[in-house]
Amino acid sequence: MVEIILFAPLLGALIAGFGWRITGEKVAMYVTTGLLFLCALLSWIAFFTTPEHAEAHTIFRWIETGSFSADWAVRVDRLTTVMLVVVTTVSALVHLYSMGYMDHDPQWKEGESYKPRFFAYLSFFTFAMLMLVTADNLAQMFFGWEGVGVASYLLIGFYYRKPSAGAAAMKAFIINRVGDFGFLLGMLALFFVTDSIQFDVIFDQAPELAQQSITFLSWDVSAAEIIGFLLFIGAMGKSAQLLLHTWLPDAMEGPTPVSALIHAATMVTAGVFLVCRMSPLYEFAPIATGFITVIGGLTAFFAATVGLVQNDIKRVIAYSTCSQLGYMFAAAGVGVYQAAMFHLFTHAFFKALLFLCAGSVIHAMHHEQDMRAYGGLRKKIPVTFWCMILGTLAITGVGIPLISFGVPFGFAGFVSKDAIIESTFAAHSATGEFAFVLLVIAALFTSFYSWRLIFMTFFGKPRGDHHTFEHAHESPKVMLVPLLVLSVGAVLAGMIWYGGFIGHHWEEFWGEAIFQGAENEVLHHSHDVPVWVKLMPFLAMLIGLVTAWAFYIRTPELPGKLAKAHPAIYQFLLNKWYFDELYAYIFVRPFRWLGRFLWNAGDRSTIDGGINGFAMIFLPMLSRLAGRAQSGYVFHYAFAMIVGLILIITWFAVSGGAH
Amino acid sequence: MIGNDIQVVLPELVMALFAIAALMWGVFRDKDGETGLLIWATAAVMALVGLWIGFSSPGTQVAFHGAFVNDGFARFSKVTLLLGGAAVLGMSNDYLRRRDLLRFEFPVLVALSTVGMMMMVSAGDLIALYMGLELSSLALYVIAAVRRDSIRSTEAGLKYFVLGALSSGLLLYGASLVYGYSGATEFTAIASVVDEEGLGLGLLFGIVFMCCGLAFKISAAPFHMWTPDVYEGSPTPVTAFFATAPKVAAAAMFARVLFAAFGDAVADWQQILAFLALVSMFLGAVAAIKQTNIKRLMAYSSISHMGYALVGLAAGTQAGAESLLIYLAIYVTTNVGMFAFILNMERDGVPVTDLRSLAGYASIEPARALALMLLLFSLAGIPPLVGFFGKFYVFVAAVDAGLAWLALLGALASVIGSYYYLRIVYLMYFGAGDTRLTGSMPFSHAVFLGVSAGAMAIGWLPVINLFGVEQVASAAAATLLN
Repeated sequence: MVEIILFAPLLGALIAGFGWRITGEKVAMYVTTGLLFLCALLSWIAFFTTPEHAEAHTIFRWIETGSFSADWAVRVDRLTTVMLVVVTTVSALVHLYSMGYMDHDPQWKEGESYKPRFFAYLSFFTFAMLMLVTADNLAQMFFGWEGVGVASYLLIGFYYRKPSAGAAAMKAFIINRVGDFGFLLGMLALFFVTDSIQFDVIFDQAPELAQQSITFLSWDVSAAEIIGFLLFIGAMGKSAQLLLHTWLPDAMEGPTPVSALIHAATMVTAGVFLVCRMSPLYEFAPIATGFITVIGGLTAFFAATVGLVQNDIKRVIAYSTCSQLGYMFAAAGVGVYQAAMFHLFTHAFFKALLFLCAGSVIHAMHHEQDMRAYGGLRKKIPVTFWCMILGTLAITGVGIPLISFGVPFGFAGFVSKDAIIESTFAAHSATGEFAFVLLVIAALFTSFYSWRLIFMTFFGKPRGDHHTFEHAHESPKVMLVPLLVLSVGAVLAGMIWYGGFIGHHWEEFWGEAIFQGAENEVLHHSHDVPVWVKLMPFLAMLIGLVTAWAFYIRTPELPGKLAKAHPAIYQFLLNKWYFDELYAYIFVRPFRWLGRFLWNAGDRSTIDGGINGFAMIFLPMLSRLAGRAQSGYVFHYAFAMIVGLILIITWFAVSGGAH
Repeated sequence: MIGNDIQVVLPELVMALFAIAALMWGVFRDKDGETGLLIWATAAVMALVGLWIGFSSPGTQVAFHGAFVNDGFARFSKVTLLLGGAAVLGMSNDYLRRRDLLRFEFPVLVALSTVGMMMMVSAGDLIALYMGLELSSLALYVIAAVRRDSIRSTEAGLKYFVLGALSSGLLLYGASLVYGYSGATEFTAIASVVDEEGLGLGLLFGIVFMCCGLAFKISAAPFHMWTPDVYEGSPTPVTAFFATAPKVAAAAMFARVLFAAFGDAVADWQQILAFLALVSMFLGAVAAIKQTNIKRLMAYSSISHMGYALVGLAAGTQAGAESLLIYLAIYVTTNVGMFAFILNMERDGVPVTDLRSLAGYASIEPARALALMLLLFSLAGIPPLVGFFGKFYVFVAAVDAGLAWLALLGALASVIGSYYYLRIVYLMYFGAGDTRLTGSMPFSHAVFLGVSAGAMAIGWLPVINLFGVEQVASAAAATLLN
């Protein structure tokens, strides 16, 4: 069954990508979408029948050289099946949604065929992502890791006629390479110390790794720490954590369904998955996990602040994604992998929902993405509006605190996000408390920018082009159905699976998929944190909501005044803390200079000059000489033969042969 | 005893008797009108004898007191040269008829020179070697001038003859030195002298002279000067024949002399061979750049290919001899395809040899252009085509024998050489010109072109594995060294 889940998307991608000329566009779209729904169905079955112990289905031996061996194998345990459900469900819905969204794309001329390519890329992405989550060794995981990178690159740059899309695709790819380098180093270091990249073998040896030390750049450091750190660098790149986050907002150049699937629900969570998958290792790496907590907290905070002032509807949600990923890492960092996975799970629903709603709005507004040109759309696109409200209620964490019917009562985000915030507090460590403060503030900001988005888009008076507003229309059913399905998830996913993921049944739910050290009782403690801690995120949410209402409904001129009054802060946030400028100054410019230098001095003058000079001047000269020697006179020819003979004779006479 | 000897030389005897019978038939019938039939018959006999030898029982037989050796090495070479020669001869019929060149002497001379070549590769004695060489050479001199009314053809024949006489002189002088210093003409006897007494200066000079004489036959630089003129001047079927069978025979004979008679002096002759190989590879590559005539181009191409073949020989190991045989087999196969194409290059009934006439050829004849492209890529040694593996084996043998520098320079020369092969491809696919080729291609030629190109294109696949040539060549090389 898992084999079908794994390879059906690949089959779909091949049919759509190479066979569409034969089958036609429609069939290519239906086949890929149909196969994905089949995958989703099987994934849910796999999710409910997850075995207690991890099972590995070996497909074939991939690499075997020396003591290194890697299989293509499918590892089925709870972590895998959770990811299977997330990936295939969102992917299937996004496929369906794309049928409507990608119809009549203004980026393409009449008669150009772009849809099969799009669906092939989507299915290929799904295949690579499934490869990543089902891997039972790091090499296979890296294959999937790179595969999703390629798919992401292709899809961000899908509108290849737009220079900004091409640039964004390259940016995503290059920044991910930085992270991938960390991943690769981590994998090699693991192989170096354990002589294997098989998860089972690594996990068995994890306790010894903490004792061992590796000399890295002349420091002696604990093997577990350095490997954990390096792997986390990889996760930072893929999951757009602070310092390696700059590609994610730009990735919004891709079509909106892509943003929903790749840059919200699945690929960007691969880093979180990696950290959770490697939990047996991270449990022995306290410094590395502390670092993860700090980075997670900082990212959550940073991205939320930037999200406050963005005007592009997709960018707001992109920063929100970045911020939510920070939450997940903070949870994983304090050792509550269950909460991280739980938030990953619920986030997939409500963030995909928000993106697809945004796509529906954009679709309605003729591809206008600036929220300043929206307003008053509530009546025009009611279904989208209500779905987006549900998504916002979920992400901002609306629920009733302190009251519990066995499970907390609230939207998905309320259940999972509050669990993370409580966990960071319950960790009782310096890094945990640091993250706790940042996450609570981030929750406030999250609430503010999410409601700001709603208010600016759906309330007030239309501010944009009158004509566009008049023609705004609800999306077709094929786009609305995924919204409704995801809305159900956004509302209920938290309450339904609370007990399994982080509630009282977590031990039987997770089985052996997540390892927790003997002293790690943070999850347990997180259930009995003080009341004020439980109230904090709720209060933050309320403050954010009220402020947003005050700013955008009651006195809409207030934000403008505020921005004028504090231009420094406003510009700082609007320009995303100047990270892009900083990187341009530190990395891009020097490297561009180096590249230009090597190109001009190295390639053009030295190599091209040398080779071209040799090929275009020296060789033709020799060729002319040889031609002239071919005079046609027999005595010249005989002379050449005799000269050759004399040369050889002389050589032997001088050197005396081999003796 | 004599019956036994006859049995060993039976294929050669059959060829010889056929040649004489054909000559008699031609003389007494005195009709060139039936030459077409005779050409087909000769080609058929050559092919049949080739197959006969190919499927004859393995093992080594010696006849006439060691003067004639029939071993795996000889059989491999004979099969290659007979089949290659038969293919080229079979294709020449059509060209000769159109040019009104059907003389019955042509197939007879080809058959006679083939007998000579078969003796060359089987020679186990200096005298037998010289006899075979002269038999084949004399026939070839005449064939080069077969077009009696053309100044260029007769000039080519004459040049070839004069220079060939000089090379025979060198060879004979070397042979006499070897005889003088070893007291033997038989290779095995010479080898035992070298083994016991070492290689004196006299023998060394003998080797040098013999190598120079033999280098002329395979047109290795700097003994190559006749090649472009003869290739250009002779009618194309003759050029095609020159480019295939005699090259195999001469290279195989070269290998036999060096391994059988001087197998213990590898370090000495290795230096000569490396020199010849190096100069040939580079001269062939560089001098071809400026050529616009496809036949001259093929002449330089064969000079440089003989250079690569000699790299394998220069290794002086069994792997080297094996790589030489593989290289020759690939070279002959490719050339059969190349000349199947060149024979049909004409515009309005006039043969064309100018490269520029190929401009835009791909748009007129896409299938032929594709086949030619594959052959050219193979000649240039571009992976994964079979031609690459020919070079690969040769270079590996050289590296293993400690001649890494030679392999490196050879690879460099092949980079230079790829320029002129690729230029033809460029002209065919991207060139613009109005002097286009007209004229069709007979079915048989298309088959040869297609089969040759197809073999180059798929021979490298693991299932095909160079059509098993590698194993046979390996066994053949083993018989040479023991």
